[in-house]
Amino acid sequence: MKIEILGMGCPKCQKTEQLVKKALEELNLQAEIVKVTDPNEIAKRGVFFTPGVVVDGQVKSSGKVPSIGDLKKMLFQ
Amino acid sequence: MTWLLDPLVHGWNALLEYLSAHVLTCLIPAFFIAGAIAVFVSKDAVMKYFGPKANRLLSYGVASVSGTLLAVCSCTVLPLFTGIYKRGAGLGPAIAFLFSGPAINLLAIVYSARLLGLDIGIARAVGAISFSLVVGLLMAMIFRREEQARQIQAPALTLSDKSEKKPPVLLAYFATLVGILVFGAAARWWETGVFTAGLVIVVGRWFSWAEVKEWLIATWDFSKQIAPWLLGGVFIAGMIRAYMPQNWIISTVGDNSLISNLTASVVGAFFYFATLTEVPIVKSFMDLGMDKGPVLALLLAGPALSLPNMLVIRSVLGTRKTVAYVALVIGLATLAGMFFGSL
Repeated sequence: MKIEILGMGCPKCQKTEQLVKKALEELNLQAEIVKVTDPNEIAKRGVFFTPGVVVDGQVKSSGKVPSIGDLKKMLFQ
Repeated sequence: MTWLLDPLVHGWNALLEYLSAHVLTCLIPAFFIAGAIAVFVSKDAVMKYFGPKANRLLSYGVASVSGTLLAVCSCTVLPLFTGIYKRGAGLGPAIAFLFSGPAINLLAIVYSARLLGLDIGIARAVGAISFSLVVGLLMAMIFRREEQARQIQAPALTLSDKSEKKPPVLLAYFATLVGILVFGAAARWWETGVFTAGLVIVVGRWFSWAEVKEWLIATWDFSKQIAPWLLGGVFIAGMIRAYMPQNWIISTVGDNSLISNLTASVVGAFFYFATLTEVPIVKSFMDLGMDKGPVLALLLAGPALSLPNMLVIRSVLGTRKTVAYVALVIGLATLAGMFFGSL
């Protein structure tokens, strides 16, 4: 599973990364976590509002820090 | 020991002056408004104006004012700009948004009006909105052939999961918030009380407790994020006021000449000012003798640009367009400063 976290480094994006790691831990899952900070790359994935979360190529969240519950739902699929 | 205490004393004095109760009564309502915008303004509704098929006039109009509506957090400006440019309405509206995002910062404008004078606050707001439009239009004009040739990719996705509040309710809500801000700032307590009662009624009648909590949390998060920068900026302003040689300021930006305004624009464009910090720092320059024209020039060119920012923009637009953008901003800021300074 590849998880991309889209954002340019502000506190919300960092919080999202923390929560993703926490969700993975709690679900006992392994995944590759990639931080995408280049706005060109972020736009390429079709996200306008950061922070964004992309799981295996699909945009699962954008515009806010997802809750840990939402993250678990995204990762479990 | 005085060498250590002196700066602290200067910083403390700046704090007392630049963040006085007088100032805070303006900033605190503004924080609540910022929180409200972040939670209740439907980003999807605004983004409709930025699609590739949207009416161009509307795109420009909305772009030049929507900065503060869409990007309350400053780091969202660049990805949003890139998205509008590559997957949306194109160069003109994207540039208008790029400028207006940081420039039409509600908190900064309120703070400017309070600390630097109402005339400067208004000039800043008017300048920011008109610059967004003008720079966007000029960029689109200059590069129109390239724009026609460029392929706009498929529109981006927007994930909408929020139930939207009805427009009349939102309008009433924001009207009461703005009323509290404006009349509280003018110390007209009777009117402020009326608007506060209005707010309580609107919220009590049409907002759920969950929504109110969301609003308060957003306001608090926002304050937590901004407050350290604000304090830092005020502290630096105190240092500047105490240690910067006055004749430096007077000789470079002490009058309303072309050179002074240009200097202020260039400094504003290249230097990085964290959100809101430009206001106390400019105040300290003013106390040292900076003229009103260059002050406006710096306030218009400063927030939207910085050297690191330019490099990122360059990675999206390429060198030529970035140079054009920066030159336009510096040129317009210089002119606006000279005009304002002569009033």
